[in-house]
Amino acid sequence: MSVLSLRGITKSYAGNAILKGVSLEAEAGEFIALVGPSGCGKSTLLRIVAGLDHGDTGEIVIGGRSVARMAAADRNVAMVFQSYALYPHLTAGQNIAVPLAMRRLTAAQRLPFVGNVLPGQKQIRTDIQRQVKEMALALKIDHLLDRKPGQMSGGQRQRVALARAMVRRPAVFLMDEPLSNLDANLRVHARGEIVDLHRRAGVPTLYVTHDQSEALSMADRVAVMIGGSLLQLATPKEIYDNPAHIEVARFLGQPKINVLETRTDAAGIVRFGDLVLLAKRGQAPDAPVKLAIRPEFVRFHAAGAGRLTARVERMEFLGSEVIVHARLDAIGEVITAKAAPAEAAALAIGQPVDVEFMAERVMLFDSEGARLQAEPVAIATTLEKIHG
Amino acid sequence: MTSNAISVARILRLAILSTGALLFLAPYIFMVSTAGKAQSEIFSSSLSLIPEQWSYIENFSKALSRVSMSTLLFNGVVVCALIFVIQIVVAIPCAYAMAKLKFRAARTMMVLVMLGLLVPIHATALPIYVAFDRLSVLNSYTALVAPFSISVFAIFLFLQFFRAMPDDLIHAARLDGMSEAGIVARVIVPNAWPAITAFAIFSVVAHWNDLFWPLIVVTNQDYATPPLGLLYFRAAEAGDDYGALMAATLIITLPLVTAFLLAQKRFVEGITMTGLKG
Repeated sequence: MSVLSLRGITKSYAGNAILKGVSLEAEAGEFIALVGPSGCGKSTLLRIVAGLDHGDTGEIVIGGRSVARMAAADRNVAMVFQSYALYPHLTAGQNIAVPLAMRRLTAAQRLPFVGNVLPGQKQIRTDIQRQVKEMALALKIDHLLDRKPGQMSGGQRQRVALARAMVRRPAVFLMDEPLSNLDANLRVHARGEIVDLHRRAGVPTLYVTHDQSEALSMADRVAVMIGGSLLQLATPKEIYDNPAHIEVARFLGQPKINVLETRTDAAGIVRFGDLVLLAKRGQAPDAPVKLAIRPEFVRFHAAGAGRLTARVERMEFLGSEVIVHARLDAIGEVITAKAAPAEAAALAIGQPVDVEFMAERVMLFDSEGARLQAEPVAIATTLEKIHG
Repeated sequence: MTSNAISVARILRLAILSTGALLFLAPYIFMVSTAGKAQSEIFSSSLSLIPEQWSYIENFSKALSRVSMSTLLFNGVVVCALIFVIQIVVAIPCAYAMAKLKFRAARTMMVLVMLGLLVPIHATALPIYVAFDRLSVLNSYTALVAPFSISVFAIFLFLQFFRAMPDDLIHAARLDGMSEAGIVARVIVPNAWPAITAFAIFSVVAHWNDLFWPLIVVTNQDYATPPLGLLYFRAAEAGDDYGALMAATLIITLPLVTAFLLAQKRFVEGITMTGLKG
């Protein structure tokens, strides 16, 4: 049974639809990354799950209880904010203790002075202190417990925020771009740490990010949101290799996927250079389609007798690889290839090249952007099959 | 050469500032000086700052004996403290709601606050006086405190300050299980000290020195605030005894002056409002 399920959540602000019916199921212990360009509604979705904002329609079920009408505090979710949102007037230790104190101590026991003499609170307070200490040790921040947020570095604050969220063992963990305020080195390091912590705690996590590499490297499953819709929810490998929508394909991958506009012929076949593709579910004849291929599956060869020729325009040296941009002679579009430095050494700017696509990695999308399952066919056999 | 130019500019700046300070301090200095002069010397034609004959003890004992100075000071403290505390208790939750919560009347409230800022106490003094008279609460702490219990200025000041507080802080508090009242008490107030200090200066100074309102609602000396007490002192007792009057004035202004001098640094911090970061 899923521990968190969202069904048909919609939200609009002043007539603008921010979320257009988002549904999602998270299994126990799963790490789901919500990724999308800024303004796609991913943070709004997270806030709605947390109870900080309310959807117009839709249902949220956490651990079998419908929580859509519950206040944030009763949903048993914890959140790490982009700004960390630590209480500036409390020390790290006090910050971590707040969620525990709010839950375990009664209102009277929390009162200053009076609360300290009420029966039973002492036991609870020592217990809370012990738990804070344990949490701090697990996150290696035990030496910071007496410092205030203003005296800590970004990375330290981020750990304190994590500790505050994790200490009370929530049913669901929500993270809103928790790494975006860290510098690049620390970010990569913190990624690994969050994944480790998640493994150990086993709490299902919704992780919002706009950074595709974060999403792909950390998550069990990645949910790509674009324009208020969840376009695809799948494992990182599946979502990268097999995107369901052209926008998903465009959003993931660096450098961006090559997309070329073309048409099917009268027989419903796409021909592009050496490529001959047959859409599996009989694509309408003579219709516009989009042909997409990731740069790592494109090769440029020094000019030969290929059918698809291009001219190298720009080369970006990145150390382990070289990104080569070349303009296709036939249609004037630029396509990008990722090449090993050794291969790229043979290329020069302005040089005419033959373009080779790895046929089995070419994807077809219809004019709306939906994926068309397609199959490359060897030229000779195709012609026989179709025309013969 | 540049250092020379800078020093010339500095001297000029210092000279202008000193002249300004002297101009503002002159009445106070003159008061301190007069408080130490005998009656005959005050009305002599020669003008000197340093009393020829030191009569501080005489004047101060006159001031202390002729009016009940302790009652005046006590009333001042009670009235100012009550006004300040009630203003804070009312204004902080109100400003929090307007800054961070969404409710239908938010805009209307904002307009009302703005309107409230535009209406001076002098405009509403008469109706309030009549109402207090009917309620027979004239000559009481209630009459002195009640009209100032809701300060639109405080609401406005805190509103601006709370708006700058990050929303995520309040969201985090909600997720941690705090009620709205809990958020105000545990998150907003502990982080609003700069604003509260700044407001404290405005409120306490204004009401400690206020003569207008006490003059309207208080006729009984037992409830007189310091400025009103001074007025009685002059009218009834001292007449033309300026030495004693100045001594009394000195006693009355002293608490605020010392308080400001002691907490000068914090006050300036409060007014410039170094907001919270991180």
